Amino acid sequence: MSVLVYTENWDGKFKKLSFELVSYAAGIAKMMGSAVTAVSIGKVDETELKKLGNYGAAKIISVTSDQLASLDNQAYTSVISDIASKENSSVIVISNNNTGKAIAPRLAVRLKAGVGSGVSKLPLNLNPFTVYKRTYSGNAYAHLVIKSPVKILTLAQNSFDLVETANNATVENVNIAIDGSLLKTVVKDVQKQTGKILLTDADVVVSGGRGMKSPDNWSSLVELASLLGAATACSRPVSDEGWRPHDEHTGQTGKIIAPNLYIALGISGATQHLAGISSSKYIVAINTDKDAPIFEAAQYGIVGDAMKVLPKLVEAVKAKK
Amino acid sequence: MKILVCISNVPDTTTKIKFAEGNAAIDTTGIQWVINPWDELSLTRALELKDDAASGVKSVTVVHVGPASSEPTIRKALAIGADDAIRVNGESADAWYVASQIAEVVKKEQFDIIMCGIESSDYNGSVVGGMVSEFLGIPSVSAVSGIKIENGQPVLTREIDGGKEVVTVPAPFVAVVQKGIAKEPRIAAMRGIMMARTKPVKLIEPLATEPLTQVVVFEKPAPRAACKYIDADNAAQLIELLQNEAKVI
Ligand SMILES: Cc1cc2nc3c(=O)[nH]c(=O)nc-3n(C[C@H](O)[C@H](O)[C@H](O)COP(=O)(O)OP(=O)(O)OC[C@H]3O[C@@H](n4cnc5c(N)ncnc54)[C@H](O)[C@@H]3O)c2cc1C
Repeated sequence: MSVLVYTENWDGKFKKLSFELVSYAAGIAKMMGSAVTAVSIGKVDETELKKLGNYGAAKIISVTSDQLASLDNQAYTSVISDIASKENSSVIVISNNNTGKAIAPRLAVRLKAGVGSGVSKLPLNLNPFTVYKRTYSGNAYAHLVIKSPVKILTLAQNSFDLVETANNATVENVNIAIDGSLLKTVVKDVQKQTGKILLTDADVVVSGGRGMKSPDNWSSLVELASLLGAATACSRPVSDEGWRPHDEHTGQTGKIIAPNLYIALGISGATQHLAGISSSKYIVAINTDKDAPIFEAAQYGIVGDAMKVLPKLVEAVKAKK
Repeated sequence: MKILVCISNVPDTTTKIKFAEGNAAIDTTGIQWVINPWDELSLTRALELKDDAASGVKSVTVVHVGPASSEPTIRKALAIGADDAIRVNGESADAWYVASQIAEVVKKEQFDIIMCGIESSDYNGSVVGGMVSEFLGIPSVSAVSGIKIENGQPVLTREIDGGKEVVTVPAPFVAVVQKGIAKEPRIAAMRGIMMARTKPVKLIEPLATEPLTQVVVFEKPAPRAACKYIDADNAAQLIELLQNEAKVI
């Protein structure tokens, strides 16, 4: 029996997300008295692969194949499910991001496994296997029992602390030939943002709502974000109006994030917005309306005009540097 | 080309969740039920494609797995413009159960594009669409934020980490849809509401399928500490507190 974890790399490097997944898988393996096998797909060198061992992977299976250069849901599922069967894995851990959401359900059908998605804690119980998961967009959490012999868990990003451990990992390289008939997704074009901190990765997020009044008022918000090494975000009407790009929209219908710090400027705190940000460790609200619901979610608040407060915050951060 | 849009019936997104049956279920009294937001956007986009004669889309069908009490949500989808509907008469016990029922429907009636929302706003599972595709052994594209049809070939935009990809897959396939696919959900006009009454809703009895998961108890998220207010004239103090008290910058 083993706990299998699917780790993702970006251009050959693992991000914090992958170390989080391995730490989480190691936590489960410890509860079960088993070991963690990590699967990596794509070109990653040995030193980088070994880093997964620092978080508790005992064995690292590295699959390289030019056929797997871009995500094909069926082909990836096939590779991971074959490894899961070979490794006799009873728990499979995947990220609850776009890639994870593409692979986990297919894998579930392949392995006749129940899925606990968006989990944020170690299982509450092994027998019956019970996980703690977000439901109703964060308004409730469920204790979910997974009854199938194989269980698939998708871990919410930024919800589990990294746990470092001694590294005894072995690396196994496999070169898998993929059945060409499985490769159906043809990528015609790729557009990647460069030089911007990704919202889903960021520890600090500075976000603006309709209270920012106009797209012209964003420069000091962006400046504050860059001084703090933060990503920028916005509420839904702001992206709907085209003031900011769609990929900055956080909330129930946008991105769900869990940074250490979320600074909300001119955002009312509607339930649909909170659904995307309520897992942030600290929320700061700056709003002219002292009764805005965002203050109920926030630990720090300023009742005031964002346009006047922002320059002061920028000055204060500069003064600290 | 025929499109199937999978719709889930969920509490209105502003609902304050309360529990019943010793916290084992959601208290449904007073809840307004709506089409899951992403499914509503999928339906909107499917209808836009049908409106465009060049797309070759001939019909838009909606499917829902759920009891008779969810009929109003199906009628709403018909009022918005779906041609017909299928209801699988079962309790949507878990994602495995729902996806296996939808896959059966697709096996019986051929569809070229099956659209599912990326998650339902109640169980936040994000798995039904992918499961349907695997049950059927057909391709799936996830996190789809755009879909168009060029010369009979569907062209999809999907979100990746920090960017987008434009991809094609052969039909039939499942598109797991997220924000961006349509701007505003289409709403029902009076004529649509009148016409919805006469549109067919096919009733199918469910397959015997054992769910693989079960919610045993719900709980509320832990309450947060009360907000500490800082005077607007002294905004710099916020930075001080974030640095030295919360230690997050
Ligand atoms: C199905 C559905 C899904 C949705 N999903 C999302 C989602 O994912 N994300 C999302 O954000 N919304 C979502 N919404 C919309 C949501 O209900 C709210 O309408 C939205 O979050 C409001 O955005 P806002 O706070 O920026 O704007 P408003 O509600 O207009 O609030 C602006 C706030 O700014 C304050 N303000 C005004 N001037 C200033 C100033 N000078 N300085 C400081 N503060 C000021 C005001 O007091 C007010 O609190 C959804 C709605 C529906 C129906």
